[in-house]
Amino acid sequence: MARDLSMRVWRGDASGGDLANYTVPVEEGEVVLDAIHRLQADQAPDLAVRWNCKAGKCGSCSAEINGMPRLMCMTRLSSYEPTETITVTPMRSFPIIRDLVTVVKFNYEKAREVPAFAPAHPNTDGSFRMQQVDVERGQEFRKCIECFLCQNTCHVIRDHEENKPAFAGPRFFIRYAELDMHPLDTLDRRQMTQEHEGLGYCNITKCCSEVCPEGIHITDNGIIPMKERVVDTKYDPVFLGLRIGRRKDRRVVGPAGGHDPSPIKRPGQGQAARPAAVAVASSAGRTTAATLAPAPPKAPSPVSTAASKVSSAASGESMKSALPALGAAAGAAFLAWALRKSRHHK
Amino acid sequence: MSLETPDRQRLASVQPRADIKARTLRQDRWWLQPLIIAVGFSAFVVYSTWAAFNHPVVAGTHHRIFFADPYLSPFYSPCFTDGCPPSVRWADFHIWKWLSPAIYILVFPLSFRATCYYYRKAYYRSFWLSPPACAVAEPHKNYTGETRFPLVFQNVHRYAWYFAVIFAGILTWDAALAFDKDGHFYVGVGTAILTINALLIWAYTLGCHSCRHITAGRINHFSKHPVRYRLWGLVSRLNNRHMQWAWASLLWVALADGYIRLVANGTIHDYHHIF
Repeated sequence: MARDLSMRVWRGDASGGDLANYTVPVEEGEVVLDAIHRLQADQAPDLAVRWNCKAGKCGSCSAEINGMPRLMCMTRLSSYEPTETITVTPMRSFPIIRDLVTVVKFNYEKAREVPAFAPAHPNTDGSFRMQQVDVERGQEFRKCIECFLCQNTCHVIRDHEENKPAFAGPRFFIRYAELDMHPLDTLDRRQMTQEHEGLGYCNITKCCSEVCPEGIHITDNGIIPMKERVVDTKYDPVFLGLRIGRRKDRRVVGPAGGHDPSPIKRPGQGQAARPAAVAVASSAGRTTAATLAPAPPKAPSPVSTAASKVSSAASGESMKSALPALGAAAGAAFLAWALRKSRHHK
Repeated sequence: MSLETPDRQRLASVQPRADIKARTLRQDRWWLQPLIIAVGFSAFVVYSTWAAFNHPVVAGTHHRIFFADPYLSPFYSPCFTDGCPPSVRWADFHIWKWLSPAIYILVFPLSFRATCYYYRKAYYRSFWLSPPACAVAEPHKNYTGETRFPLVFQNVHRYAWYFAVIFAGILTWDAALAFDKDGHFYVGVGTAILTINALLIWAYTLGCHSCRHITAGRINHFSKHPVRYRLWGLVSRLNNRHMQWAWASLLWVALADGYIRLVANGTIHDYHHIF
C-alpha cells in the first residue's frame, strides 16, 4: 500500500549543512534506500548518496537512520511506525564530502598498516592444508563487507577525533585477530595491536557488534580474544604469559607502514624479491629488525640444536619457566603456616 | 615508531565532519537499558555494603546472623572467624577483627566481576557514560580507554578468575555441607537456594571470556587439540549467555544472603525435611 513518508535528510558539505524536510511516496516492502532514490529522482536530483549492490553485500550505503548506523539498503521502512519521521544523516565519524557521502580514507590508511598474511612454507606438494575446524574460526571475520559501520559507531573515534592516529578500530581488530588465530601465519602482531593500533582504547561496550549488518561477533570473538592474547604477552608474566605466551614460531612485527610491496608470498617469487624489513620493538623494549617474509623451514642440524639448548640453559629460560612452580610452592607453604598458626591460637 | 609515520600524520590532520549539533538523533528509548543497569548495580552495592557491615550475634546463640544452621551466607564464606560453628569454619584467624570478614571475602569475587568483560560494558555505559548508548555522544573531553592507570588493571581479569574458581569451589562445598545437619541428610528451601547459587556461580565463572581463552581460545590449531576444542565449545555456549549468568548469579547471591539472615533471626521458617 502506497503512503507518504515524512523524511529529514542532512544536506550540506564541509562548509556546513542542515536537515531538510521532505515528503516521499513509498510502497510496501521498500527500504530506506528506495525512499532516498525516489527523493533523488523526483525532488532532489543533486542529493549525493553512495550505493551499489542494494543487497547488503557491498557496504556502500552506510548512513545513520534515526541516529543508528545502518545500511540503507537493509533497513525496511516497515520497521518504523507509519507516522514516524525518518531521519537520514551521513556517518558522523568520517569527514563529509556532501550530503550522505563521507570520506572513509581513514579505514584504508589503517588497512595498510596491517602486516599481511605471511604463511610458512607449503607442504612438499606445494599445498597449504588446514582442517575445516581451523578454517571456520577465521571465516566469521571474512564475512566483513567493510561497510565501516563499526568504525563509525565506535565512540573512541566518533567522540574523539584526536584518537584516530592511534586507534585502528574494530574492523581491523578482527583482522588482527583473524591473522593471529591463523594456524599457518608466521607473524606475531599482538604487541603492535596493543601499542600501535590502540587495542587498549577499546572498552568493550560492544556497539560495533550491535551495528554489524553481517552479525559478526566482533567483540566476543575478535576483540576480547585479541585482548586476552595481548595479556598473554604483556600483562601476565606468571602463568600463561611466561610459559605459553612466548611464540618461538612467530616473529614480532610492527605496522606495515603502507608503502612497501605486499609481503604475501607469490608462486615463483624468490626470497630476495620479498620486501625487506619492518622495524619492531621487542618485548624487552629494544628495537630490532625482522622481515615480513615467511619463516624458513625448520631444518636444524644436530650441532645447532645442541648449541641452542646450551644457550637456552645459559640464558636462564629454564629458571623462568620454573617460577610458577616456585610461586605455587611458596603460596602453599604460606597457607600451611597460616593454618598452623591459627590452630595454635585455638 | 608508528605515530611518526607519514600516514598517521595525515590522519591526524582534522577534516570537517557533517555539522550535526544534536548529541544523538536516536528516537528510541536508548536511555532505558543503562538506567536499569545503574539501578540494579546500585541496589546490589547498597545491599552488599549493608550486609558486609551488619552481622550481629543472633540472640540466644553464639552465631552471627550470617549463619543459620546448616546454612552459611555466601557473603561470609569461607568462614574464618567466630561467627559460625567449627563444623563450617575453615580457619580461625585473629587478625583485623575490627573489620568485617565479608570485606576480606568479597574483594575476590568483586574484583572478578569488576574486571569482567560484561560488567565493564555495563558500567562503562551506565555509570561512566562512555558511551551511554551506541551512537550517543559521551560527555568526556578526553578518552584513553584502558591504556592508562587505573583502567589498565582491567587486564588482570584472568588472575581474578583464578580466585573466582576457588571461591566457586568453596560455595559448592558450602552447598554440600548444607545437606548435613547433625549427621542427618537435610533438605530445605535453603539447600535449594545454596545449590542453585553454586550452579549459577559456576555457570558465570566458567562462561568467562578468560576461561574461554585459557581452555583453547589462545591456541591456533583446534584440530590438534580436540579435547580442548570440545571444552572451548562448551565454555563458548556458556559465554553466549554471559550477561544473563552474570545478572542471575549476582541477584541470587544477594537473595541467598537475605534468606539466611531472615532464617537466622527467626523472621521466616525454613521449610525442610530431615531424612
